[in-house]
Amino acid sequence: MAIFIDEGSRVVVQGMTGSEGSKHTARMLRSGTNIVGGVNARKAGQSLAVEGKTLPVFGGVAEAMAATGADVSVLFVPPPFVKAAVIEAVDAGIGLAVVITEGVPVHDTAAFWAHSAGSRTRIIGPNCPGVISPGKCNAGIIPADITKPGRVGVVSKSGTLTYQLMHELRDFGCSTAVGIGGDPIVGTTHIDALRAFQDDPETELIVMIGEIGGDAEERAAAFVQQHVTKPVVGYVAGFTAPEGKTMGHAGAIVSGSSGTAAAKKVALEAAGIAVGRTPGETALLARELLTG
Amino acid sequence: MDLFEHEARDLFARHGVPVPPGEVTSTAAGAHAAAVDIGGPVVVKAQVKVGGRGKAGGVKLARTPTEARAAAEAILGMDIKGHTVHKVLVTAASTIADEYYFSFLLDRANRTWLAMASAEGGMDIEEVAATRPDALVRRPVVDMDLGQAADIALAAGLPAAAADVIVKLWDVLVAEDCTLVEVNPLVRTESGEIIALDGKVTLDESASFRHAQRPFGTEVSDPLERAAHAKGLNYVKLSGDVGVIGNGAGLVMSTLDVVAQAGGAGPANFLDIGGGASAQVMADGLEIILGDADVRSVFVNVFGGITACDAVADGILQALGMLGSRATKPLVVRLDGNNVKRGREILVEAGHPLVTMVETMDDAARTAARLAAQGA
Repeated sequence: MAIFIDEGSRVVVQGMTGSEGSKHTARMLRSGTNIVGGVNARKAGQSLAVEGKTLPVFGGVAEAMAATGADVSVLFVPPPFVKAAVIEAVDAGIGLAVVITEGVPVHDTAAFWAHSAGSRTRIIGPNCPGVISPGKCNAGIIPADITKPGRVGVVSKSGTLTYQLMHELRDFGCSTAVGIGGDPIVGTTHIDALRAFQDDPETELIVMIGEIGGDAEERAAAFVQQHVTKPVVGYVAGFTAPEGKTMGHAGAIVSGSSGTAAAKKVALEAAGIAVGRTPGETALLARELLTG
Repeated sequence: MDLFEHEARDLFARHGVPVPPGEVTSTAAGAHAAAVDIGGPVVVKAQVKVGGRGKAGGVKLARTPTEARAAAEAILGMDIKGHTVHKVLVTAASTIADEYYFSFLLDRANRTWLAMASAEGGMDIEEVAATRPDALVRRPVVDMDLGQAADIALAAGLPAAAADVIVKLWDVLVAEDCTLVEVNPLVRTESGEIIALDGKVTLDESASFRHAQRPFGTEVSDPLERAAHAKGLNYVKLSGDVGVIGNGAGLVMSTLDVVAQAGGAGPANFLDIGGGASAQVMADGLEIILGDADVRSVFVNVFGGITACDAVADGILQALGMLGSRATKPLVVRLDGNNVKRGREILVEAGHPLVTMVETMDDAARTAARLAAQGA
């Protein structure tokens, strides 16, 4: 099992021939991902030799899916081209589109999200590290060798905090880790991942990492209270963030009194979720629940 | 990025949203001249990116150019909630019959744009939303035409003539890649005109590649922030004495919190050097932080994922080499992740006099806070 991706996933890379795309295609291959090709309209018919494999470059996502049976696309295309690339993947009917690119205009994300309504495509990101089911498939840039296959599910807005928690809990291993991204609007939310982890028999405990901005954590807390029976451990970053300043991620901003870390922590704890004060303490809380 | 009112007003005017005649100036003489140009009574308004300026005395009515000069003299240089007033906007005073509220903003939860309108304008809209939610109409919006705009105006109790302005405000939102367009108040004058009397606009910086000619956003007031942005670094100045460098926005936010928990004066800055954490970026980052006179110690917090810890350790040492005698403050380094054992060994073997290596984030924060207190 695992969520969103597994050993049966067949991955195409939109933007595979670019510098980031080719670098991470090699990394994904090394971590056991079944990459079946790339997409670049200007390089259709060419191929990319990487990690001892020769990957075909297709002119479009639909063509790549028809030729390879791909059901996941990972996007490394530059920001100005993301909207069109996601819409192309949605129109081709791909099951999952993982948008790694940082710096996508919010109007473009809102447009491709609206376009995906009613489609069969799940979108993860943008501005995210992707999703990994260790030992099975790695769709994105999460380092594969910091943990092993196992029983902890992780969902997070932040890349490095995800890695930190995966690494601290590496003796238990990870079923799937999902980096949902730090933009103001993202395709897959904490709630989507929580629902999937709840239904995933391999996942025994869920670590949920949030940060300032918006109210996704508050809504996820309400969801946990109503629908999640598995233990959930939480962490929120950004207690020290000043009002009105964007802290690295485009969506990480406290506006007036809304989006504060304190409010998120209160909401999570009210839902019965154990919240760590630091990443280390959060890992300890998870460890106690897993061994207790 | 938030715009000043006068910048928002310029964007409105560019898209045909009616605004009162006005001029922006940084001098009292300029305010006098603006009042002469405009003719009749004017309002002199402090230009600051913070709410509550009216209550703070930053908005004054002036019946004559002489009064406008006096108003500008009083307002320029004023401190409003930590923001110094450098400019005033002088506009024609409108004869207001009714005040309304209108905005387009991003609804993060529903991942769509939201139109909000109310006949109770001129007030704090968060208060209206909290105390009289029925008085605030909210509509999700994917696209906007005159028919939808008329529906929203009708539902909220705005005059029918507001529909045309609503469509133009949508044009501002889309064409200028805004994440917020707010008009408060939107007014009907005694002669029946609909005018945007005050505007707040937030631009999406990710869309800058589509707006090369934007004249805004060059005003970064903090010199360290200006220098960091010039080097492409993601830096925010804070008020403490422990400099912070880390990789990844979430990890750096977390680092600030852990430093604050350790006691003392707290973190001096946010600085995310990104996933790679190369020697050059590390050197650039350290240079900015060491240029901050408030900094007494530096906490370097890196999780080695794609770039393994041994490369990060080498990068830190190379960065210190590049800085030479400019590196003067103690560095507390915490590394974790890929190849962490070798990374720590490299730092221990190098034995750099400024570097203290600590294994956990929590201990490293305490060490950095203690060193900062000693250096104070």
